[in-house]
Amino acid sequence: MAQPFRRKHQTSFARAMWAVARKDLSAEWRSREMFSAMLIFSLLVVFIFNFSLDLNPKTQREVTAGMLWVTFTFAGTLGLNRSMAIEKDRSCLDGLLLAPVDRSAIYFGKVIGNLIFMITVEIIVLPLFSIFYNINLFNPGLLAVVALGSVGYVVVGTLLATMTVQTRTRDVLLPILLFPVVLPVVASAVRASTFFLQGQPMDLIWPNINIIIAFDLIYIALAYMVFDFVVEE
Amino acid sequence: METRPAFLNILTWLSAALFAVACYLTLVWAPPEAVMGNVQRVFYFHVATGWVGMIGFLLAVFAGIMYLVKGDMKWDIIGLAGIEVGLVFSFLNIVTGSIWARPIWNTWWTWDPRLVTATIMELVYVAYLMLRQGIEDPERRARFGAIYAILGFVSVPLSFLSIRIWRTIHPVVVGSEDPGAQGTFDMTGDMQVAFFFSLIAFTIIGVTLLWHRIRLGRMQAFVEEKKIGMMG
Repeated sequence: MAQPFRRKHQTSFARAMWAVARKDLSAEWRSREMFSAMLIFSLLVVFIFNFSLDLNPKTQREVTAGMLWVTFTFAGTLGLNRSMAIEKDRSCLDGLLLAPVDRSAIYFGKVIGNLIFMITVEIIVLPLFSIFYNINLFNPGLLAVVALGSVGYVVVGTLLATMTVQTRTRDVLLPILLFPVVLPVVASAVRASTFFLQGQPMDLIWPNINIIIAFDLIYIALAYMVFDFVVEE
Repeated sequence: METRPAFLNILTWLSAALFAVACYLTLVWAPPEAVMGNVQRVFYFHVATGWVGMIGFLLAVFAGIMYLVKGDMKWDIIGLAGIEVGLVFSFLNIVTGSIWARPIWNTWWTWDPRLVTATIMELVYVAYLMLRQGIEDPERRARFGAIYAILGFVSVPLSFLSIRIWRTIHPVVVGSEDPGAQGTFDMTGDMQVAFFFSLIAFTIIGVTLLWHRIRLGRMQAFVEEKKIGMMG
């Protein structure tokens, strides 16, 4: 694989970050555990929605974005839990922390890895969703909202998963900690996605997108500041 | 182990007395509201409990930041006290609001930004307690608690904004006027006395409870330390 950030005699932030992300991607490429779990889970949620909400075409148009985001939110926790659980197994995380690099580089590496898994799942779920519910989801605005929302979700989720994996209750705890915190992202993303699907004017959509962008930036900065405390021993 | 400070004893009795007076002022002395009638009396304690809840959570965030900066366990004890007191009072705030909303809005609950934000904040800090329960090491418990108190609090205003884009029907009694709000009213002089008295009374009750909880936390830490000392 190409190394775009090659530099001599020092490990830069970007290079360390990329190394962690690449490690996660290649491990996942061999096992495909996390990816297949998230994908199958997403499809099952889509099916359960179909049988729990007997939808007529009109209401379906209004709730599609909501169904989509519920699917991503729930499937996302599976990936996040797994992503940190493999680091905790056999003390991989301790090994990573021994590396002489900025620790937040490790965090952002994990974020990039998780983001790629999540977006890959979304790329597969969206067309399937379009087919099952006979609705065109290939709307550039909707895709942008999905991408921005996933960034906020993964930024907070990775940080919290690093914490929950060190607790007794582990994977049970992650959604309980994560959902109340990412509520602004989910609420705004659902509304922005719905508006895009309904073809509403942009001045109605922008306030929602602005909240997602603000959330992303604030939590990237916060995570950068507190990650050292999360992995401190 | 230190004995209970005399001033705390005074505060405790003062809190009880103030609460009794506040009950009299709001339930008997203040006039009933012209349109809503007696149910409006909920308002006095509704605002006061919400205010104390907010103080508790703000204190916890401040203590969280201080803990991360200083690493002193005292800040963890203060933060936990803030959250526990904040949780109780915010819960009272939500319940009293609901009691008022039933006759006025004709529903126990509506997905209004203030209601949702208050409840989400409650859920964030219940999650905080669950997080703490899952960690045995006191130092790590304090560290993770501080981080989550901060992360959770930052999301609260964003939640509020993200939902406010929908229209709100929650009245704003003190301050601005919103024609869409349902259940607004103007306070008369007597109502203002009852209102500010309950606000001050609940603030003192909240501070007293915080102090008791901080003392309790210190004793807990003391006992835990002794236990570890005896085992080791």
